Amino acid sequence: MENTMEYEDSQAIQASLRKKSRPVETMIQAFLFLCGALSILTTLGIIYSLGSEAMLFFTRVQWEEINKTLAAEIGANDTLIMLSQSGKSLYEDDIIRLQDEYIRVLAIGEDGLTVERGVQNTIPAAHPADIDVFLEVKVTLREFFLQKDWNPQIGKFGIWALVNATLMTSLFATLVAIPLGLSTAIYLSEYASTKVRNTLKPILEILAGIPTVVFGYFALTFMTPVLRAVFGRDVVEIYNTASAGIVIGILVLPLVASMSEDALSAVPRSLREAAYSLGATKLETALKVVVPAAFSGIMAAFIVAISRAIGETMIVAIAAGAGPAFTFNPFKSAETMTGHIVRISGGDISYDSLDYNSLFAIGLMLFFITLTLNIISQVIVKRFREVYE
Amino acid sequence: MTDLFAANLPSRHRTGKIWNILFRASTFVGIIVLVILLLTIINNAFGYVAFEYKINPDSLVIEGVPLEEMSKEQLTQVLQENVSKGLFRNLENQQPFENRERDEIYGLILERVLEPQIVGIWNMVDTIQLSRQEALAEVIDQHPNATIEFMSWLDLQFLTSPQSSTVVRAGIRTAVLGSLWTIMVAVLFAFPIGVGGAIYLEEYAEDNKLNRFIRTNIYNLSGVPSIIYGMLGLAIFVRVLNKLTSGAVFGVVDPINSNGRTILSAGLTLGLLILPMIIINAQEAIKAVPNSLRLASYGLGGTRWQTIWHHVLPNALPGVLTGAILAVSRAFGETAPLVVVGASTFITIDPQSPFSKFTTLPIQIYQWTSRPQDEFRSIAAAAIIVLLILLLTLNTTAILLRNRFSRRMN
Repeated sequence: MENTMEYEDSQAIQASLRKKSRPVETMIQAFLFLCGALSILTTLGIIYSLGSEAMLFFTRVQWEEINKTLAAEIGANDTLIMLSQSGKSLYEDDIIRLQDEYIRVLAIGEDGLTVERGVQNTIPAAHPADIDVFLEVKVTLREFFLQKDWNPQIGKFGIWALVNATLMTSLFATLVAIPLGLSTAIYLSEYASTKVRNTLKPILEILAGIPTVVFGYFALTFMTPVLRAVFGRDVVEIYNTASAGIVIGILVLPLVASMSEDALSAVPRSLREAAYSLGATKLETALKVVVPAAFSGIMAAFIVAISRAIGETMIVAIAAGAGPAFTFNPFKSAETMTGHIVRISGGDISYDSLDYNSLFAIGLMLFFITLTLNIISQVIVKRFREVYE
Repeated sequence: MTDLFAANLPSRHRTGKIWNILFRASTFVGIIVLVILLLTIINNAFGYVAFEYKINPDSLVIEGVPLEEMSKEQLTQVLQENVSKGLFRNLENQQPFENRERDEIYGLILERVLEPQIVGIWNMVDTIQLSRQEALAEVIDQHPNATIEFMSWLDLQFLTSPQSSTVVRAGIRTAVLGSLWTIMVAVLFAFPIGVGGAIYLEEYAEDNKLNRFIRTNIYNLSGVPSIIYGMLGLAIFVRVLNKLTSGAVFGVVDPINSNGRTILSAGLTLGLLILPMIIINAQEAIKAVPNSLRLASYGLGGTRWQTIWHHVLPNALPGVLTGAILAVSRAFGETAPLVVVGASTFITIDPQSPFSKFTTLPIQIYQWTSRPQDEFRSIAAAAIIVLLILLLTLNTTAILLRNRFSRRMN
């Protein structure tokens, strides 16, 4: 009798200990998961929206006027057509348009073009003489990546005009931010007393918190006049990449300083003391022991800074100039990738145009450049980090 | 050996000293730049301005009362006497003068009768060096009727007026309200989701591939340039969700100018932009809550959610809020994504709802800075001062909160 009682009791206890289904808890957990997963959705959204518009950019057909006319009228079934001699020359496999009909050029001969009529589901029709001939143009990846003229009005889409300006501003930014940022970090971590450090760091944080549009204003109203005073007003244009680049450098300086300082302070004291005991000076300890030990963190800081500089928008939009230009002269105006996107999308732009699509092609490229840099910095931190006890 | 060491020592110390100075100097570069930046802005926001009126204001005095002190009726009279009949009737038809505010009529007189032209502008440094007469002498040749005034571009009128095409009357009221609206939408959207995501990652997520991917993904998103978020907002919120963001779904917007370039789109874009920041900061705060609190709650039979809601969150809240405020102050200064999403270039009506067109303070600064005339630089500087003061207030709140929090934890 007693045994059964015990048995029933223990069964009741076990039943009460069994995992209960708690629908509310499960729902909450599911909701929280969705909150976290929204970040993946955002990434997919970025890739999808940039990617699909960029695809349109590379597949959208434009009809270019080539100043050729049909030399003689043709019937619906003629496959040999004569065009006027003027205008742009045609090549095999070009698609041309006569009124509503698309025609593929098969061969170019003395007595005219051998063509395939009615391609792409258009209907072959008779055409009178002297009508205009249009040539199909698409922006090819080749043109996009290899050309250096960016002028949407005349259908030139060579990304290098914009990339070059971005590289110029980023180079100047790096030249300013990396030496100054690293020096600041070494000073704060190795030389400064706790009191000095606690005063200086918040000031650098203030610098980091100033909106970029204010830095843009600063570049235009202070840095540019200074450059013009130093190098001459004829040499330095009002809008130039040097001024924008230097100010971007100042913008990312606090970032380099604080990330590097974190890396330097993470190096254990024992390493420094070992160096001192071998007779090294403070400088030798800092440069030959501490900095190499924190190398991965410092490199990561540099790369993140470069990525920030490449993606920086308002400073270049205000101070670097409006109008793409392929130039290596830092005192000339040139438009960066980000600057171009802001200027064009800030105006009245039609959603259904090559211009609009081109912005997304630039954006996609910008996204991949910065993403790659960020991933590289993470890999560096992970792979080359020295772990100390 | 020792001799060699001793011989080298002075030069090694010398190098050490030189580098020490270099390190110190570069640290101060940042601070010096900060000071110069602030001085540049203040320098441009105050100073002499030379005006030339089309009609001398003194000629408009009625019975010895100057224009500034006139009553509404007197001002209406002045306006009527000095503009063409057609224009006056036109204005009357737009809105009867009895229904207009005094300031509005005063503004009309400035705009239509006096038509002040800025013919010279001096910054603070010049203003201190020059006397009023010396400044006047510089412009008097070309503009014999010019008058000089000391102008603080940042004044009450600047804060309370809507945007205007005349510099003297332009203000930042619409821009500030637009900023507040967009930030409010951004916070309402990003704060709950961000904190929720952080709770999931810190309290629920097991260490599997998916969760690791979410984590890295959030870090990577925080490094994406803000302009890319603007393009995302343009493609998704403005275009795909056009019906929702223009308010057409709710039937609140007139169909003529219905497009998705509204406060709602801008707010959601900013929300996505600050989401990674909020998540990362909230994760840190949740991580800092001691595990003993959780174990105590579990020990008393609390479920997971009860533990989180009653113990983890209240303890993490100050840290979470600090992070959120920092994210908000970042969003407050963002310009590029909102330009891409489509802020209005000229707007004088206060935003009324999330479906209104908008402009924000940083965008206003950008537009004024891009104008070639000097006087627009001056009002841009004044607007920058307002922006910086707002941000400083936000950041101070965050720092105070953080200090209080860390004291309690210790």
